Amino acid sequence: MLSRAVCGTSRQLAPVLGYLGSRQKHSLPDLPYDYGALEPHINAQIMQLHHSKHHAAYVNNLNVTEEKYQEALAKAQIALQPALKFNGGGHINHSIFWTNLSPNGGGEPKGELLEAIKRDFGSFDKFKEKLTAASVGVQGSGWGWLGFNKERGHLQIAACPNQDPLQGTTGLIPLLGIDVWEHAYYLQYKNVRPDYLKAIWNVINWENVTERYMACKK
Amino acid sequence: AVCGTSRQLAPALGYLGSRQKHSLPDLPYDYGALEPHINAQIMQLHHSKHHAAYVNNLNVTEEKYQEALAKGDVTAQIALQPALKFNGGGHINHSIFWTNLSPNGGGEPKGELLEAIKRDFGSFDKFKEKLTAASVGVQGSGWGWLGFNKERGHLQIAACPNQDPLQGTTGLIPLLGIDVWEHAYYLQYKNVRPDYLKAIWNVINWENVT
Repeated sequence: MLSRAVCGTSRQLAPVLGYLGSRQKHSLPDLPYDYGALEPHINAQIMQLHHSKHHAAYVNNLNVTEEKYQEALAKAQIALQPALKFNGGGHINHSIFWTNLSPNGGGEPKGELLEAIKRDFGSFDKFKEKLTAASVGVQGSGWGWLGFNKERGHLQIAACPNQDPLQGTTGLIPLLGIDVWEHAYYLQYKNVRPDYLKAIWNVINWENVTERYMACKK
Repeated sequence: AVCGTSRQLAPALGYLGSRQKHSLPDLPYDYGALEPHINAQIMQLHHSKHHAAYVNNLNVTEEKYQEALAKGDVTAQIALQPALKFNGGGHINHSIFWTNLSPNGGGEPKGELLEAIKRDFGSFDKFKEKLTAASVGVQGSGWGWLGFNKERGHLQIAACPNQDPLQGTTGLIPLLGIDVWEHAYYLQYKNVRPDYLKAIWNVINWENVT
């Protein structure tokens, strides 16, 4: 599944075309690990709510919105755009996020990705600082991102508000996302978002981030 | 009170007219006073951590703004505006919010406010539905508001994103705000924002809104 990874995340979420070309619905991807697998860094209660409630709601609402969109004429389609961006973005972002995390994660990347990080940010630690700062600094709900700028051929850090998808709004290819909506950490870290950021570096799945990076460079 | 909320937050002018800092207003009731509708843990974090941070960061931002102004650094002044809106709005909004709630709250308003609600929304229940829907429907962080449109002389419901202050961004005078940032309800209601909305109607301080 990951080999079809991600320079074209949208393809991953393309509902399957069934008989007569009718679109089938989006579905909630399975979490690649148990809800408790990322403890003590992100607790089981958060993972269960985040996946089975929040992400599930984006999937359901995306399907509803797409249905309405198909039926609608131009004016109504425009009115549906915020719901499409919100729920579609929510589905895209969380689908990437679950793969960006792993119970066997942490440490540093290796090889080409590490070289690119050093080239574009100076060092792994400086990169870590920048992405942490961008994520902590989101005012309201949103995401911090490590993305790939295809035009310039370099890595870039960005922050997006709410569920705005990185690629759809900035053109950057998403490699690693940090969800900083309060639901992503509040039950465990309360208002102390920086502590959540400190912890999450322990579960970053560098294999996945590397796969996404390698897929971009082609 | 409040047709001119900014006056409430105007730091006192001290000797030689130097500005004094903003400060965290006391909560008019104990942290546990709104149970079971909003629990004590939420109220304590919300007031002593979240609102306190807006106050502290507002003071820092205003300090930096004064320095930039003194140097004539308009670029820096402009760069500080998002932080001013965010922290200033956060301070304004929460200062209103604590007064909008009360352990003796709930029920319905009376007199002129009730008449205005009936006139502008049809009935109190229809108003309640509309404000609930606006608050539940905020995508991301933000606030639902009952506001007063001075120009048209009528009540209006609005939603604002993040900590955008109602009056500063729409001109409406804030009467009643509903905080729907996840920190306002998540510890108790988790992802089920509608349950939080159902509960909060039990602690609305109609005297204050009136």
